[in-house]
Amino acid sequence: MTMKISTTLNGESVDFLCEPNQTLLEALRDRLGLTGTKEGCGSGDCGACSVIMNGRVVASCLVLAAEAEGAAITTVEGLAKDGVLHPLQQRFLEHAALQCGFCTPGILVAAKALLDANPNPTEAEVRLGLAGNLCRCTGYDKIVRAVFAAAADLRGETVA
Amino acid sequence: MTPFRYLAPTSIGAAIDALKASGGTAKLLGGGTDLLMALRARRYAASVVVDTKRIPELSGVNVRADGSFRIGAATPCSVVAADPALSAAWPGVAESANLIGSVQVRNRATLAGNLCNASPAADSVPALIAAGAVAVVAGPGGERRLAVEQVTTGPGTTALAPDEMLVAFELPAPAPRSGSAYLRLTPRTEMDIAIVGCGIALTLAADGTIAAARMALGAVAPTALPVPEAAGVLVGRRLDDAALKALDAVARAACRPITDKRGTSAYRIRGAGVLARRAAILAASRAEAQP
Ligand SMILES: Cc1cc2nc3c(=O)[nH]c(=O)nc-3n(C[C@H](O)[C@H](O)[C@H](O)COP(=O)(O)OP(=O)(O)OC[C@H]3O[C@@H](n4cnc5c(N)ncnc54)[C@H](O)[C@@H]3O)c2cc1C
Ligand code: FES
Ligand code: FES
Repeated sequence: MTMKISTTLNGESVDFLCEPNQTLLEALRDRLGLTGTKEGCGSGDCGACSVIMNGRVVASCLVLAAEAEGAAITTVEGLAKDGVLHPLQQRFLEHAALQCGFCTPGILVAAKALLDANPNPTEAEVRLGLAGNLCRCTGYDKIVRAVFAAAADLRGETVA
Repeated sequence: MTPFRYLAPTSIGAAIDALKASGGTAKLLGGGTDLLMALRARRYAASVVVDTKRIPELSGVNVRADGSFRIGAATPCSVVAADPALSAAWPGVAESANLIGSVQVRNRATLAGNLCNASPAADSVPALIAAGAVAVVAGPGGERRLAVEQVTTGPGTTALAPDEMLVAFELPAPAPRSGSAYLRLTPRTEMDIAIVGCGIALTLAADGTIAAARMALGAVAPTALPVPEAAGVLVGRRLDDAALKALDAVARAACRPITDKRGTSAYRIRGAGVLARRAAILAASRAEAQP
């Protein structure tokens, strides 16, 4: 029984069709062509599928697409605005906070949710806040440094 | 996942009707962090998935005039953990909710799902038992109340009928000079399953002795385990070395653990005693800090 779901996706009204047993991750990638959101584990462990749903970061592999009815969703595609990278994206590049990049969309989205809620986090808060995002290659230190640099940018504290 | 229908009722009555109509083949959906995994792994199939999150009475943490709490069954753990009144009154419950999975998991996972998934290692369950929490269960005949320790009957099984659902937890107002704590033993600090968990709640008398104590252990028996003997060795005494030793002994004696890849039976038993002592010290320090 195909369902029609209405959402606000990256700030725009978007309707899509899904099956009741499809996940939000499958709907984003296979129905809407938004392949920035990745499937790592499919079991809630790795965070590669992170999206922001109604202001809270969730693992989209553990959300049914049908649950998104009426929800506001932000995916990694919603971070850059008018071709300008989000400060997190810019700082991840500068700090080489990625290697293969498979974990990166999920980490960017989780870090955005973290900084939206807590613009000036401690290192422990960043590390705990990103504990649900696994990176197989980079090592977490560069990622944490990049998040701090972006947080300073977002607070308007960066000296050019 | 095998095909199923998805329903998002907006009242308890409509949800119960959907459960009844399915003849026992429906599954309730809270945060889905256990259910979707089980459906995907085909541990079981469902004809209908009934989402509980659009039912208004099932959402939110409410403190009543008498200081007691009602936690809606579909409230995500991140909301439970961040509630200032609950964190002040029942810190053990709030910290157990804050240990479940990652931020992504806690933004979805509910206490009702944690209890009804019926894993022996579910983190919030010992904390809820220590708090004296009651599960409010709705069914076709109305509501009934069960102590949290009566809800699970074994790994993966509950005392709920197929057309019943948990709608809320009720927690009493803590007595003056009370404190609670939940601690678990895991190899990693986040994203791991407890080898042992211990929830405890203590009330102090004016002279500094313990007036009341409730303790429960997780991951050391088929279901979370109340340890009534804890009150027996603590009440009327100060939490001194002798009392802690006695508490350690009753915690170890209560355990009936299995050996698996996370820990041997002997390790779990030893850990239960250590966690009981540490949790008691933490709960007592919180009780002392109360006016
Ligand atoms: C990556 C990851 C990490 C995790 N870490 C932990 C951890 O550290 N500690 C821990 O304890 N658990 C952990 N879990 C397990 C899980 O997140 C918890 O058990 C969670 O609390 C389940 O809640 P839920 O709302 O997602 O349940 P769901 O998956 O929605 O439901 C679980 C079960 O409860 C039933 N149910 C749901 N709501 C109701 C209701 N209102 N009435 C009756 N039955 C109902 C469902 O039908 C199902 O059988 C983890 C899971 C993942 C994926
Ligand atoms: S793919 Fe969703 S958490 Fe790994
Ligand atoms: S950069 Fe490869 S997984 Fe993180």
